[in-house]
Amino acid sequence: MIIFYTLAALLVLSSLMVVFQRNVVHCAMALVAALFLIAILFVTLQAPMVGVLQILVYAGAIMVLFLFVIMLLNPTSLEPRRGLWWGFGTVVALLLGGALAALVSHDEAPADPFTATELFGAPESLAKSLFTDFVLPFEIASVLLLIAIVGAVVLAKRGN
Amino acid sequence: MIVDIGIIALKAFLVLFMVLNLAGVLGWIERKGSALMQDRIGANRASILGFAGMGLINTMIADPVKFLTKEDFIPPRGDRFLHTLAPCMALFPALVTFAVIPFGDTLQIGERVINLQVANLNIGILYVFAMGSLGVYGIVIGAWASNNKFSLLGGVRGSAQMISYEVAMGLSVIGILMVYGTLELQEIARGQGTLIREFLPESWRFMKAAVGWLPAWGIFLQPLAFLLFFTAAVAETKRVPFDLPEGESEIVAGYHVEYSGGKFLMFFAAEFAEIVTAAALMTTLFFGGWQIPYLLPDGFHFPWGATWLLPHLVVTLLQVAAFALKVVFFCWLQILLRWSVPRFRYDQVMRLGWKMLLPLALLNVIVTALVIVAVQ
Repeated sequence: MIIFYTLAALLVLSSLMVVFQRNVVHCAMALVAALFLIAILFVTLQAPMVGVLQILVYAGAIMVLFLFVIMLLNPTSLEPRRGLWWGFGTVVALLLGGALAALVSHDEAPADPFTATELFGAPESLAKSLFTDFVLPFEIASVLLLIAIVGAVVLAKRGN
Repeated sequence: MIVDIGIIALKAFLVLFMVLNLAGVLGWIERKGSALMQDRIGANRASILGFAGMGLINTMIADPVKFLTKEDFIPPRGDRFLHTLAPCMALFPALVTFAVIPFGDTLQIGERVINLQVANLNIGILYVFAMGSLGVYGIVIGAWASNNKFSLLGGVRGSAQMISYEVAMGLSVIGILMVYGTLELQEIARGQGTLIREFLPESWRFMKAAVGWLPAWGIFLQPLAFLLFFTAAVAETKRVPFDLPEGESEIVAGYHVEYSGGKFLMFFAAEFAEIVTAAALMTTLFFGGWQIPYLLPDGFHFPWGATWLLPHLVVTLLQVAAFALKVVFFCWLQILLRWSVPRFRYDQVMRLGWKMLLPLALLNVIVTALVIVAVQ
């Protein structure tokens, strides 16, 4: 319980830093920290597989590419546009916060806790469900990624 | 309960102690070894009462003391916080990866069975790659926080190189996972305890006679995967011939050009700790981990029928010693590489990673799958 609240507090703090830091690299590093903390949260929930994939995919690959792009462009002069976006963001945040508050305060008996079996979250059971029950969405997702890559290559080629 | 925690803490301490000290010794081997190969004398300046110990005093005592007492310079226009954080981020992944590497089978003391591995995760190898993928932050952030064009170039080179070779490295291991059918490193090491004939079907008599006596190590079942993994691992540790992020002759010292004192020492230690980790991974995945050929839990069983029974403690000690010896061998092999091959050009590095290693790794996965289907 103490671990959860410590993690949650740190997570909220680093997420806030992602938004409020003015330096792009600081924002990116705060996001890495947030992703890492989420991964630890998954591990404490007995889903080490999800936690490790979180680090491997988001912290280890996507954020590195983010940083790579930031370093190549070095956008020191890019100031965030205030005014309209600020107002829009505030409205959305308030709406989401309100919805969340309504959900939390909504008094309802919690669903039966899912008892974690021996194989819960293990690579074997994850692979089994991915390749039997969810094989179609899984393949569609991979085709979607392939299309995205092909599209990116085509766009890059056209520039030359 | 207390005893369990104590055992885990002891294992973690032992592993970290061994890795960090081996990293220090490797620094000495690198300097003295390179001197040997180039017909020089090498480090011999510092001595205690006339005893220089083959330069060991230099590297083990004088150098660290000198590093730690030097001025810690932070570039005035740089980022103070990230500049300090970066060396820690470089060292951290190299050290924590060792948590899942088994350095022996189980040790039985009375009723208690101790698994000679700090943490037995059912996702073992994924954890290794997850931690390895974090290693790139140390150099990217260090390069950026230095506010120096040369270091930024080194950081950009490093991030592109490490991401590229991570892909090939991950794919090269898939074959091993398919052969042994598990992600757990301890299970992979155990799977290499049998002989190849156990893997072959009855009808392949000729093959059984020819190669059946070999231990079922990854190197015999997945030779191509080992070559790919070794190449990618050297690229991931950013050492010659893949040391473009440093590239002294082009960009001064690359990502750590603005580092001095203790922080530079941390980058330095991270590089050698990565070598140790890579060597331990090669040992575990391809060279049987702690296995000694024909050594089963109760003693040696040779394929020609002879047996030599040994007590449990001796077997365990032999296995741990075998693991250590293999790790040291692969560390030495990586150091040897440094003085044997010249640095690649950057486009060559990228072409090797994406156009040779990656297709070969994919081919290896497909061929492995076909062979597994044929054997079953």
